[in-house]
Amino acid sequence: MAGNIRLEVVTPEASIVSEDVQIVVAPGSFGEFGILIGHTPFLTTLKLGTIRYKAADGVEKAVFISSGFAEALPDKLTVLAESAERRRDIDVERVKQAIKRAEERLAAKKPDINFEKAKAALSRALHRLKLAETK
Amino acid sequence: MATLKEVQIKITAVKKTKQITKAMNMVATSKLRGAQQKVEAFRPYALKFADVLGSLAEKAGKEASPLLIPREEVKKIQVILCTSDKGLCGGFNSHLLSMVEKFAKEKSGQNIEVVFTNFGKKGRDWCRRSGFTILGEHLGIVGAKFGFNIATVAGQRTVDGFLDEEYDEVYIVYSKFISMAKQTPVIQQILPIQPIGLPEKKVEDEETPYLAEHICEPSTDELLGDMLPRHIYVQLYSALLETSTSEHAARMTAMNNATKACDDMVDTLSLAYNKARQSSITADLMDIVGGAEALKG
Repeated sequence: MAGNIRLEVVTPEASIVSEDVQIVVAPGSFGEFGILIGHTPFLTTLKLGTIRYKAADGVEKAVFISSGFAEALPDKLTVLAESAERRRDIDVERVKQAIKRAEERLAAKKPDINFEKAKAALSRALHRLKLAETK
Repeated sequence: MATLKEVQIKITAVKKTKQITKAMNMVATSKLRGAQQKVEAFRPYALKFADVLGSLAEKAGKEASPLLIPREEVKKIQVILCTSDKGLCGGFNSHLLSMVEKFAKEKSGQNIEVVFTNFGKKGRDWCRRSGFTILGEHLGIVGAKFGFNIATVAGQRTVDGFLDEEYDEVYIVYSKFISMAKQTPVIQQILPIQPIGLPEKKVEDEETPYLAEHICEPSTDELLGDMLPRHIYVQLYSALLETSTSEHAARMTAMNNATKACDDMVDTLSLAYNKARQSSITADLMDIVGGAEALKG
């Protein structure tokens, strides 16, 4: 490996990750892609999922993101996500509550609920839970 | 003697008011700090977003998204009005509202219907009083803690409504934070999206020609179509942040002035009190001296 690439994960509310990493794997909307140093400039949308990366010291880490987009430059990968959470920051209890809430809302089948929204919330929460449990 | 007592009561009352205004000033100060931190946290995202969007917009076609196309006939517009929930912040809300009033009058004069979405209670109350249609109201957000999802939800609704042709233009009215002493009301058109210019070239950009040879996935147009609604959320979020910061700054200034005014009042009243006391003492002395003189005979 020629060296490390800088990974920045930024949300409107905070900067979640800012470190040098060996490799990043991110969920592009056309499929997962891996980024190493020296990548051709590249711009893509991201879907809900997990960004996995290997830190400079070889530790594997993961960050959950809801949709966003990523820009790769030869020495830097910037991810702009609407929300993001490191694996160790995920609050399992809260996620479980969110799942319960979303399921209840979906099961209620009331006309005034936004079906799509509840479904999106559910899949977000499930994703988080899955990530938190693969520690 | 009654006046002495009265003045004293008044002094106590003013001092109590001063305690309150001072406390409010301190609360506003700490909230302002929080709001400014949020603005700081948002900056990296906003800058990067503007960078990418600007260069994408340059490459994409003019009609890549319906959000870019101005309507031929504008019959109805929506105004997203950001004000505070609470008062006691000087001319903050009235500055915003007087500008909106002028704007709405101008548009009504052109036979354009104006409808409102309100962030903040003061704006909503004004809309009710003036008899405007209110599409939606979000209270308890401006000046409080809120996340980006607030902007996403409200922005989504705005974009949907625009695409369904419920309205032909959307404006946002908010207070721009310039300095502690100055907050300016601003009207900004957010839909249809105005042609997006590249942010000002920075020195470092000249060395690395920016985004010239990016591979885009999906295509540039699709990517832009995906980013434009987010552009609305970003604008909305930043407007809300600005308004919150401005509100706290305005309240701080107003409360600071009020505290000073209380000090002045206490000074004036103390002077009046001392004068009244002195004159009553003098009168008493005169009585005694007069009495003694009379006894001497």
